[in-house]
Amino acid sequence: MTTTAVKEQGPAAVAPAPTVGSHLNNYWRRVRGGDIGALPAVLMLLALCVGFSIHSPSFFTAGNFANLFTQGAAVTLIAMGLVFVLLLGEIDLSAGFASGVCAAVLANVVTVFGYPWYVAVLAAVATGVVIGTTLGLLVAKVGIPSFVVTLAGFLAFQGVVLELMKEGANISVRDETLVAIANRNLSPVLGWTLAALALAGYATVQLVRHRNRATRGLITDPIAVVGARIVGLGVILGAAVYVLNLERSRNVLVVSLKGVPIVVPIIAVLLVVWTFVLQRTSYGRHVYAVGGNREAARRAGINVDRIRISVFVICSSMAAVGGIVAASRANSVDPNTGGSNVLLYAVGAAVIGGTSLFGGKGRVLDAVLGGALVAVIDNGMGLMGYSSGRKYVVTGLVLLAAATIDALTRRRAASTGTR
Amino acid sequence: MSATPLLELRGIDKSFGPVQVLRDVAFSAHAGEVTALVGDNGAGKSTLVKCISGIYPTDSGEFLFEGRPVSISGPRDAAALGIEVVYQDLALCDNLDIVQNMFLGREKHSGLVLDEPTMEQMAAETLAGLSVRTVKSLRQHVSSLSGGQRQTVAIAKAVLWNSKLVILDEPTAALGVAQTAQVLELVRRLADRGLAVVLISHNMNDVFAVSDRIAALYLGQMVAQVKTTDITHSQVVELITAGRSGHLGLAEAGAGSADTATGSTDTIPGAVR
Repeated sequence: MTTTAVKEQGPAAVAPAPTVGSHLNNYWRRVRGGDIGALPAVLMLLALCVGFSIHSPSFFTAGNFANLFTQGAAVTLIAMGLVFVLLLGEIDLSAGFASGVCAAVLANVVTVFGYPWYVAVLAAVATGVVIGTTLGLLVAKVGIPSFVVTLAGFLAFQGVVLELMKEGANISVRDETLVAIANRNLSPVLGWTLAALALAGYATVQLVRHRNRATRGLITDPIAVVGARIVGLGVILGAAVYVLNLERSRNVLVVSLKGVPIVVPIIAVLLVVWTFVLQRTSYGRHVYAVGGNREAARRAGINVDRIRISVFVICSSMAAVGGIVAASRANSVDPNTGGSNVLLYAVGAAVIGGTSLFGGKGRVLDAVLGGALVAVIDNGMGLMGYSSGRKYVVTGLVLLAAATIDALTRRRAASTGTR
Repeated sequence: MSATPLLELRGIDKSFGPVQVLRDVAFSAHAGEVTALVGDNGAGKSTLVKCISGIYPTDSGEFLFEGRPVSISGPRDAAALGIEVVYQDLALCDNLDIVQNMFLGREKHSGLVLDEPTMEQMAAETLAGLSVRTVKSLRQHVSSLSGGQRQTVAIAKAVLWNSKLVILDEPTAALGVAQTAQVLELVRRLADRGLAVVLISHNMNDVFAVSDRIAALYLGQMVAQVKTTDITHSQVVELITAGRSGHLGLAEAGAGSADTATGSTDTIPGAVR
């Protein structure tokens, strides 16, 4: 009556060591199986860049390339925070006006009350933390759907911005440091140094991980693939820094304009930090777990409520950072900062980049790629002389396309069982 | 077979308000054996399991673990003793891979960072120790696994923590024939490794295929706990549906329910009645 196994075979993990060929093969199989990640965003980005470059000569210039970063920065930063909320299958509709409230606090502290810039930045981020905690508590502890809570926030924060702005007057931001964030550039040497440091850091992490796994006898990616990744990042960083270091001033005698915009390393650092948090810490693992199966996470001893509150805190704090960048770029804060389509662009950016609205799937990098795509559409169509009406329609269609791809790949993945 | 049961319950009572769900239940699970817990819907199987795993407090009764009296007042106490439950609905996250699921909530760290190589190695060793050879890669998402493979991962997750008692709630309910055989083989292997296994099942074939002992619940009372070799298929069905079968189970009607549990020395087949 016992069915004791007599066939004793090797451990489950023993599989032939992957080669470059099998690695690419596996990747292709995953893509076909519906696990496409950011591939559509990258392809769309490339296609749009090529298209705009052909039709509009001013698109493919160093000056415009730098513009793209500063134009897309605020939306990208808000989208990075939204990824956390979306990972749980929740939504934060108030992130746009939350960034407006935080920007208004910043402007009031620095301009009206005359405190130094770092006090203002701290006050703005603290405002974001308070907003996020409130939203998170209402969603997790009271149990109101996040859509409703944040819709209420969307309406209320709009009013809060108006009140902080003394009924519509705008407040200018003149502080040197704050204005520099979105308007000044790193010196070319500093740009190259930071790029080299970033590449060296990435290479170290990749190689150390490869060696650690190899010495333990675990399956590793082929060293050629690891090398290709490092070289790939090096090429992208090198090209970007080179182009941004070109002189882009129309009249060099009046003012020299070159170097990496300061906002770029800010986005890069936040990208690395949040990616580390999501991929390499228990906290990040638990965020994915709660997004994938809340009951399983609860049974595994994860404090689900705490995770749910924390993602709203992160989202609103990132909205505050986005608000600071927006205030810096405009040199002022007005009642519409963080308003109009900022939030929808941010949600769009996260989703276009490959973050699922159904929860459990997404990366912070998605927000950056999606943010770049939104900025390119806005910028490119503007240069080609299209009206804002058409820009909105096209952005809407791209978002719809991204959401469609998300839904279709989910169906595909369900049938092939890859996700 | 060890003389002292790994887990022994005596006189467990449990009520939800006016409804008494468990009545003076005695139950034991031995290391190296599969104990099947059978009973009709509403007989109290799930409640008993939840009492053992610390989810429900009991109203009265004794817990003996390895012969020592213990009190289990929460899931953490049960886990600390080495009691793990594999629930029917599996509790795996589809969007995480096998290793991530096995360590969910109990990740290994080096400093602040997750120690992925160690976790992957431990997961591989655990699966190898269970002679699991059906999964292709430990890094595949759980959503890509078949029902049997998912059950395997859920069981391996329970075994990973050097647990001593594993309770499986209907592990084969949703599986096909081949996968059921796979999982039952795994269940048997757990016991052969020296663990005490409690298997809740409605399927008599499964029960007779792997279990060493059968414990039958009937309306909240433990009517018999006997060796599988000493009982027939139809006797078990009678115990489940009527609470008695021949000399086993409850006394004839009228004897009341004052003392219906089987003796704790359950090497004697059934309750002496």
